Amino acid sequence: MSLTDLTAAELALALAQGEASSQEATTACLERIAATDGDLNAFLHVDAERALAAARAVDARRAAGEALAPLAGVPVAVKDAFVLQGAPTTCGSRILEGWRPPYDATVVSRLRAAGLVILGKTNMDEFAMGSSTENSAYGPTRNPWDRERVPGGSGGGSAACLAARQAPLAIGSDTGGSIRQPAAVTGTVGVKPTYGGVSRYGLVAMASSLDQPGPCARTALDAALLHTVIAGHDPRDSTSLDAPTPPVVRAARDGRVDGLRLGVVQQLGGQGYAPGVEERFQQGVNALERAGAEVRRLSCPHFPLALAAYYLIMPSEASSNLARFDAVRYGLRVGDDGANSVEQVMRLTRGLGFGDEVKRRVILGTYALSAGYYEAYYGSAQKVRDLVRRDFAAAFEQVDVLVSPACPTTAWRLGERTDDPWAMYQADLCTVPVNLAGNCAASFPAGLSPDDGLPVGLQVMAPAGRDDLLYRVGAALERALGPSPAAPDVAPTVAVALTAAGVGPAASGRTTAAPAAVGVHPAASRLDAADQAAGQAAAPDVAGPSADAPGDDQTGVGRTGAER
Amino acid sequence: MDYDQAVELFDPALGLEVHVELNTASKLFCGCANRFSGPPNSRTCPVCLGLPGSLPVVNARAVESAIRIGLALNCQIARQCCFARKNYFYPDMTKDFQTSQYDEPICFDGRVAVELAGQVFDVEIERAHLEEDAGQLLHQGATGRIQGADYSLVDYNRAGTPLVEIVTRPITGTGAQAPQVARAYVAWLRDQLRALGVSDVRMEQGSLRCDANLSLSPKGSGVLGTRTETKNVNSLRSIERALGYEIRRQAAILADGGRVVQETRHWHEEGTTSPGRSKEQAEDYRYFPEPDLPQLRPDPEWVESLRRRLPEDPRARVARLQAEWGLTDLEMRDVLGAEALDVVEATVAAGVSPAAARKWWLTELLRFANAAGLELAAVPMTPAQVAAVQALVDSGRLNDKLARQVTEAVLAGEGEPDQIVARRGLALVSDTAQLQAAVERAVAACPQAAESVRQGKAQAVGAIIGAAMRELGGQGDAAQVRQLILETLA
Repeated sequence: MSLTDLTAAELALALAQGEASSQEATTACLERIAATDGDLNAFLHVDAERALAAARAVDARRAAGEALAPLAGVPVAVKDAFVLQGAPTTCGSRILEGWRPPYDATVVSRLRAAGLVILGKTNMDEFAMGSSTENSAYGPTRNPWDRERVPGGSGGGSAACLAARQAPLAIGSDTGGSIRQPAAVTGTVGVKPTYGGVSRYGLVAMASSLDQPGPCARTALDAALLHTVIAGHDPRDSTSLDAPTPPVVRAARDGRVDGLRLGVVQQLGGQGYAPGVEERFQQGVNALERAGAEVRRLSCPHFPLALAAYYLIMPSEASSNLARFDAVRYGLRVGDDGANSVEQVMRLTRGLGFGDEVKRRVILGTYALSAGYYEAYYGSAQKVRDLVRRDFAAAFEQVDVLVSPACPTTAWRLGERTDDPWAMYQADLCTVPVNLAGNCAASFPAGLSPDDGLPVGLQVMAPAGRDDLLYRVGAALERALGPSPAAPDVAPTVAVALTAAGVGPAASGRTTAAPAAVGVHPAASRLDAADQAAGQAAAPDVAGPSADAPGDDQTGVGRTGAER
Repeated sequence: MDYDQAVELFDPALGLEVHVELNTASKLFCGCANRFSGPPNSRTCPVCLGLPGSLPVVNARAVESAIRIGLALNCQIARQCCFARKNYFYPDMTKDFQTSQYDEPICFDGRVAVELAGQVFDVEIERAHLEEDAGQLLHQGATGRIQGADYSLVDYNRAGTPLVEIVTRPITGTGAQAPQVARAYVAWLRDQLRALGVSDVRMEQGSLRCDANLSLSPKGSGVLGTRTETKNVNSLRSIERALGYEIRRQAAILADGGRVVQETRHWHEEGTTSPGRSKEQAEDYRYFPEPDLPQLRPDPEWVESLRRRLPEDPRARVARLQAEWGLTDLEMRDVLGAEALDVVEATVAAGVSPAAARKWWLTELLRFANAAGLELAAVPMTPAQVAAVQALVDSGRLNDKLARQVTEAVLAGEGEPDQIVARRGLALVSDTAQLQAAVERAVAACPQAAESVRQGKAQAVGAIIGAAMRELGGQGDAAQVRQLILETLA
């Protein structure tokens, strides 16, 4: 059994019981990253030295008998959109190349304070603008389920590293679905907390009124444990909620949905949705109904307008937030030859430093905010935002949570949508309404699509401040469907060779070896029978939505091991 | 065209935008110290440097100051308002947008009465809003100006300093007095802000900055003309002069059938303005509500409590103190001119007569302040110490000359007046035998003067007094010495 196969809750228990050390767990993750990431490109930066030092420090504190936080010693990956003192922080952009922030994001300092071990920074679409991680200036991340396919975006790195067992936990940020949509297409769990539930301080802003950091994991309980670490009021973020964090861990352990009123959003389905996605979604809903939830269909009439409103508000805020990348204070500087004026240097730097999608959105937003167009575009979008809020308010008078597919399709092929922004934007169709309204939502694995054998995510949406309901439903779904399937393994030997080739002089080895690695989709599970027999949260490699799975196989560990 | 001719032909309309730097302990959106100077970029943090990921948090004291300013200007205080981003690229802006207020200022619709030579002018306040200041560009090159600079450095110490911008509606009907009305308004504002204690209001340091808008319309037409905005006029006198110049300049253009260009202009102390940025093409700042900050909703009860605790109107206070102190207009003008009102008031409160308090501050201490380049209030002697010295004079332990020596010692940092008198042995000689001996030696040393006095020429006693005082090392009471001499020679 490998430590990288454990859930965070299981690992936490093993650490607490002295069955493993954080150093061992961290080493296992680092080795797995080294073995697989040459191919996947989930990480932009891995700091093995700092990670191991942090791990040893936790081990020493544990050995000294110190009382540690539940997840102390558990490794975690952080999306490159968060600043981490002294570590490269690029947001997947050339324009921040070489910048090392002098401070930690609040999320990062909370991870550190709770003793989590930060492995490194994960890949993302440039400034979180994208739905496939193909807009990263440092190359796309590949989907561990099929390396010819995208891992979703913008947080494809965080989702892929979980699916590839490189890390048990990851941090993401969700502006229009950047946590949930990658979770859906990689078969992992991704939660967008209530706006203000987790501090944005140190999250490089794309669209301030929509951005929200959140936990990424492989199980509902793991996500809840991580949620509790990072959530809570932060005086440095004026939009941070000054309210207690909802009891998400308790909800994830409980996982009971009997009597819970569950609304299927009529508008989030039908045309444009892959049949296999709809089928798995419906099976998930049925499973929840069998578990005691009361299911009804209801209408949110303004949701179809949400995507258009989102693509006005988000670029407007982004155009302003990204103005500061002007070559004056940090990051890339182009054309500073003494002859160019500061305006010319700004223009050259932004021209070379930003990718096409970023430029597209900055131009869109600049236009939407300009005099004479403001009311027609930004103003109208804000009105739609209000209507979407009202749709949610009306829906939550009838039901406790809403459900939908988290993404209309499964993972698509690399390059398939890069020339068609609107097709790319459709990937956020199901997720953007929640960001506009500010409430919370999550994507949980709902099995593999019968169309292509790729993961499908079921989205749960709850009212603001009721993040606990997400976890309750997510845990119920896990129980009903059985352990979520694991991504087929990447071939470590090939990937190691790739990594070595990538850093060594024979860099061309990468291109020659790559065809051998891509497309490998081994049918065999790397999970051996012993794991299964031991009753760990090991997952079969075949999708098995089964309504009668045992109820407490995964949560048993957490109950004793990671009590908060 | 000369000024009289200009105001004969045209009606000036004024518009004044005053930026006030608040004297809060920290900056508007972060915890960095808010004060003048410091090594470049020493007072900065991720927030005021606009580093990626940083977020603003509003300084509550700055909001309170803005509201108090609004109340003093008889403004409405917004029940709710928001900050807005003013987007433009400039290297002194760390975020390339300024966090300001746009369509929802915290204070609006105010009105103040400005008095000028017995005439009262009504100045309407359009708005007073909160915003952050930018950093400062330091152009490196022969001229120190942007033109011809080799390169420029940026100091962000000032970035994030809280500012309140106070904007008037167009002020019309002032005729030839327009420049004086502008000056009187800014002077009134300065006094009011100082009384509120919200700003250092030092125009020369930029903590009070004035942009003066001016347009002309043909006499009696009532149509506002094209305006120019003369930026950063940094003294009261310059405001008056700059507007006088603009009136003459614009009148000459218009009388010639020309067109005034809408632009910003720079004021030069030699008495002219020159064109700056054209404002013909209105810059599009793409204002939108600042999403990183929640709405401000000042509690109405709190606002009312701030209103109740506003300081006395500075003009009313001056009138009251002048009456209480029994000073003539001229004497009071000297007190105000030396910015001595507060210290004189405090000294009187410490038990000194108004005349003596005024004398100390307007002579000895003013001289010291001028020599040291300090404001009067900043001299290293407190009203309580002035009162202690005066008490020694009143009790006869010091004469004026000794009192001045004690004062000098206090200013030199030698301690409290009592300690100085004791340590230096500066008290007057009160031993009669010692005095008598000194007088006799003085009489002996001045036989001619003594003879004159004996013959009834009392004015000759001065020479003997001088000699006696020298004998006493200056520590004699001159009246007492004179009496002793006369008795000796009688």
